[in-house]
Amino acid sequence: MGARHCLSHLGGRNDCGQNMSTNTTAAPRRAFANIDLRAVAPFFALAVLFLLGALVNTNFLGIDNLLNVLTRSAFIAIIAIGATFVISAGGLDLSVGSMAAFVAGTMILFMNTGTVTGDYALLGVAMLIALGIGGLCGLANGLMTTLGRIEPFIVTLGTMGIFRALTIYLAEGGSIPMKSQALRAAYRPVYFGSVAGVPIPVIVILVVAAIGAFILYRTRFGRHVMAVGSNEDVARYSGVSVNRVRTMTYVIQGICVAIAVLVYVPRLGAATPTTGLLWELQAITAVVIGGTALRGGVGRIWGTVCGALILELVGNIMVLSDLVSEYLIGAVQGAIIIIAMLIQRSLARR
Amino acid sequence: MSDMLVPLLEARQISRSFGPVEVLKGIDLSLRSGEVHAIIGENGAGKSTFMKILSGHLSPTSGSLAMGGAEVTFRGPVDAESRGIVLVHQEILLAPDLTVAQNIFLGREVRNGLTLDDRFMSAKAHEAVLGLGADIDPNTVVNRLSIAQRQLVQIARALAVPHSVVIFDEPTASLTTTETDALLKVIAGIRDKGAAVLYISHRLPEVKTIADRVTVLRDGRRVGTYDASELDAGDMARLMVGRDVNKLYPDRAQTAEQDIVLDVKNASVPGYVRDASFALRRAEILGFGGLVGAGRTELMEGVLGLRSASASVTLHGRPVHFRSVKDSMAAGIVYLSEDRKGKGLLLGQNLTINLTLAGLNRFVRGFLIDKSHEKQALDQAFTDFDIRTGNREMNAGQLSGGNQQKLLLAKMMLLQPDIVVIDEPTRGIDIGTKEQIYRFIAELAHSGKSVIVISSEMPELIGICDRIIVMRNGEIAGEVAGERMNEDDIVMLATGANQLTQLSA
Repeated sequence: MGARHCLSHLGGRNDCGQNMSTNTTAAPRRAFANIDLRAVAPFFALAVLFLLGALVNTNFLGIDNLLNVLTRSAFIAIIAIGATFVISAGGLDLSVGSMAAFVAGTMILFMNTGTVTGDYALLGVAMLIALGIGGLCGLANGLMTTLGRIEPFIVTLGTMGIFRALTIYLAEGGSIPMKSQALRAAYRPVYFGSVAGVPIPVIVILVVAAIGAFILYRTRFGRHVMAVGSNEDVARYSGVSVNRVRTMTYVIQGICVAIAVLVYVPRLGAATPTTGLLWELQAITAVVIGGTALRGGVGRIWGTVCGALILELVGNIMVLSDLVSEYLIGAVQGAIIIIAMLIQRSLARR
Repeated sequence: MSDMLVPLLEARQISRSFGPVEVLKGIDLSLRSGEVHAIIGENGAGKSTFMKILSGHLSPTSGSLAMGGAEVTFRGPVDAESRGIVLVHQEILLAPDLTVAQNIFLGREVRNGLTLDDRFMSAKAHEAVLGLGADIDPNTVVNRLSIAQRQLVQIARALAVPHSVVIFDEPTASLTTTETDALLKVIAGIRDKGAAVLYISHRLPEVKTIADRVTVLRDGRRVGTYDASELDAGDMARLMVGRDVNKLYPDRAQTAEQDIVLDVKNASVPGYVRDASFALRRAEILGFGGLVGAGRTELMEGVLGLRSASASVTLHGRPVHFRSVKDSMAAGIVYLSEDRKGKGLLLGQNLTINLTLAGLNRFVRGFLIDKSHEKQALDQAFTDFDIRTGNREMNAGQLSGGNQQKLLLAKMMLLQPDIVVIDEPTRGIDIGTKEQIYRFIAELAHSGKSVIVISSEMPELIGICDRIIVMRNGEIAGEVAGERMNEDDIVMLATGANQLTQLSA
């Protein structure tokens, strides 16, 4: 490459001031510090919550209570990891709660048919089917937003209604329970069991988050997700298949929903019309609290997990204390997302 | 006229630091009523920072401002504006879905009791644009206007408040020659009404035309203030860069060989280009000239798979069809967009992510991105392309225009292309960096690669190209080479002026 050398022939003047003058916002040094602050903020908030919890109730710091909180946060945490991909790429998925109900319903219906002999074999096939249905639901969302060129807000608002209604239709207005008691018993440990003292749902969170972080931070696809979320045109002009990347984020979201369902079904052993209700809001809240930018281009997997934990901890502290009625959990969680945005905004300004 | 002697606005030993870096060092400036005072300097010389201080967007670290001889401190841009200092921004900052009148009166709407007095505002807005020599219907929605018209609306908006000092920050960066001429008349008009105009531009001939006095900044210092009549464009360039730049364009022997690497026949891009055919030779620098909007960018984007088009394309003798830009990149053709900020770089991401985005495959081992390899590539790019910044952790959006272009070049050259298409290679770039970019293009051709340069600056095309194709209204109007590569011939082709003269003859 003979051409590579030419620009260095000319003056070696090193003028480090030149970038400052055209900079319209803060000085670069500060912007750099901001990024760190915003990444650290959710973990700081988590630490504060721990302190608060310990002050409010002595049982709070008990290992049982904490593991219980972690376990309960699993559904939202796993779904929110998928949502981190969608949101980082500049998309949005409102359908995750309904999708969870739909995947749970179809999975249980399949198990109730008992077409595969042997409980564990049946469970295994049912799980694969759930993952497949989740992936397909995500694929549908993705294709409609990319090929159909419809706003993701509208597409997933539509599928949110569709998945929910399909679930209710399949359940004929009631709930879809697992019929076989033997199967229930075989499946139960996935939610209630633990390995070396760590509940399985917690292990699932960690594994999904680790895989998610690996994909988002270390692979080409992850880099493309960030690029598409930062500026779709730049990504396209750089040879990134924007539609494929976008669609894949929805597929990942669908698979994450299915994984959450795999952990959810053994808990109640049924899918009901209220399964997954408002999960989309909690998932988006977790993502935003975790420091991922809603406009795309920045994704923080571990921040998201931290965000899901914060949501669950707030609920837990409210139950353990008498400060605020636990009926107000939704209001407090709603307030948290707004406060989180305000904090992000103020960190960005300084 | 004694008030001519007391400066309207005065900067006294203004310095400004960002953290440890001093960007402005003891700048003095006095602005008189009825003058156009140009500020020139390379990117990074401190022009923008200085403008922001004068218009109240930034406060100086030391030094002071004075108006009419009395010291003043601006609490912010609104404060500065209330004292008569208005800034016309480089970017168009208008609400695209509102009308001209709504934009001009945005934030200072005139009410008639409870309701808006639209009739009054429309009349006033019309008056304001007419005053700038343009007849734009005040009820037109802004996104229907051309860039030049929007610029005028923006100026009308700035001038709608009582003003004594008007600051223009590179107002002609995205205007054509004709539009620029019209704008310069507007600026002369503002001056003639007694205001002081501060004018920042990279385009030195323009500065020579419009300015009464010129202040040159270099590396944050004031090199000097001169009467514009004392300097020609070459002097200005020399003062800005601090060395001789009489040779802006590199000497080069014609390297173009006979064999054709890229042959495009009957390319059509719906709405932009009809039936365009051209051929590119090995080691050739082929220029595409014409007016803004002639369809040059659209033709290239269509051929390379960036927008839908029909064309029969032959690459190295084999027919190809690029369904997306990914295909054309894989085939060894890269396209550097004229819109660096919108289509070239991820302004909110760091330099490494930007550098390796297009050529990321080269940095993937197994499933992993090799980050140390990426870091090496960034170091290499800094040396090879002379990217100048103190801090490598910054975002691409924080780089100066010249450094952004170098980063974009580095990014695309990572793909090791055979054919490089550069759209407006030096738009918004200072003269020192321009020279580097030209040398780079020349070396590309020297090393056997073929280059297509799309440019609206004719001297640039003439200076570096082997051959220039001129487009007009979406069609190829003709081609000039050798002796015929001069501005007159190109303008005739670009505007169709020769046809008109023939018709009238």
